[in-house]
Amino acid sequence: MNKTLYFTFLFFFLWALQVFVLNNILLFGYVNPYLYIAFIFFYPLRKNRFNLIFISFLLGLGVDLFSNTGGIHAFASVFIAYFRLFFIKLFFNKLEADYPFFKLKSEPFGKVFNFVITLTILHHFLLFAFANFSFGNLSGVFLNTLYSAIFTLVLFFSGSYIFTKDY
Amino acid sequence: MQQIVYFFQRYKYFLLFLFLEFISLSLIFTNLNFQKSKFLASSNFFVGGIYEKITNTKDYFRLDEINQALVEENNRLKNQLEGTGVTLTQDSLNTNQKFTYTSAKIINNTFHTQFNFLTIDIGKQMGIDSEMAVINGKGVIGITDHSSNGYTRVQSILNKNTRINARLKNTNYFGTLSWDGKDYNTVQLVDIPRQAPIKVGDTIETGGKSTIFPEAIPIGTVAKVNETLSVDNKIDVKLFNDMSNLKYIYVIKNRDKEEILKLENLENE
Repeated sequence: MNKTLYFTFLFFFLWALQVFVLNNILLFGYVNPYLYIAFIFFYPLRKNRFNLIFISFLLGLGVDLFSNTGGIHAFASVFIAYFRLFFIKLFFNKLEADYPFFKLKSEPFGKVFNFVITLTILHHFLLFAFANFSFGNLSGVFLNTLYSAIFTLVLFFSGSYIFTKDY
Repeated sequence: MQQIVYFFQRYKYFLLFLFLEFISLSLIFTNLNFQKSKFLASSNFFVGGIYEKITNTKDYFRLDEINQALVEENNRLKNQLEGTGVTLTQDSLNTNQKFTYTSAKIINNTFHTQFNFLTIDIGKQMGIDSEMAVINGKGVIGITDHSSNGYTRVQSILNKNTRINARLKNTNYFGTLSWDGKDYNTVQLVDIPRQAPIKVGDTIETGGKSTIFPEAIPIGTVAKVNETLSVDNKIDVKLFNDMSNLKYIYVIKNRDKEEILKLENLENE
């Protein structure tokens, strides 16, 4: 499949999945997975980062639009989209020449695990910190981050295990 | 000049990042401001339309439960009517009523965040505007926030910014109802006078001291009374409504609202 087409499809698929299915799960009354950030993990690595940052903003905004949260998802998504390159350099030791050949699927599981877990926790923490919007109830923010991150990671790894496709 | 171009080239991603984060932050701030959030509210045409379609499908599976609730409410109202000895007439010209009720359906409901909103399927076309009361047969649900032509966003009672005037049933001890963001079944009543004889199990209802809510709409029962002395004298109130399971609601419009507000503003000047 054409790469652009594939990622356009992935964008709308993850957005719809998040808005219409995952936002309504509410495990134990309040725990939701936020799987749409998988788009940011899978997006191809390029030297030009305009596309990734801007598309992440649109994805976050799309989720915000349907959950009455202002710009919380947009903020967190843009944040991890910007710092993705930094963490790829940190965990995978990639040089600029390696960028076109970088695939999350062909990397060792341990490194991918570290990469995904860091970005997920970062994203979820920002999300719940802004959703809480005060310095009170910090323990609630950390607990929410932890539970949701576990849920997201379980879905992400099981999902990527089932749909193994080389992109 | 060369320096500036060089600067932009070097930091272009960082500047884009800052720019987008700034937009997101301003959206977050306006969203928490009552009535100001026009752009990203679920009351807009696109989002409201999609939610309405989804709800229409979902509702088929809950018809039994919804009918049961409506019949119960009708039954209660008929009994009340019997007690007052008033007979209902079909005369629509008799307009000395102060509040008018409009029925609507909830098409989207959140209750798990700190700032919760609902979306209902009527809007400006039905005369709905901001700052109107939203209730159902069991009690208070929220206040309308922003409406488009066909949809309205409601600021839920489970929103840290919501303040509702409330009182102990059949007395004149008033307080303010707010929510601490923890449990979606429990809200807090603050600033009620210390001499008020409050016991666990007492009923709390709206006070009617604002132009939004009529008097004596049920809210909940007292779940915990503060034993120690504290400044705000906080009381936990368990809601009559299960806020996670709502369907049909009424929007209450106050016919005298403009007159009252005009009068109050006159006094302030």
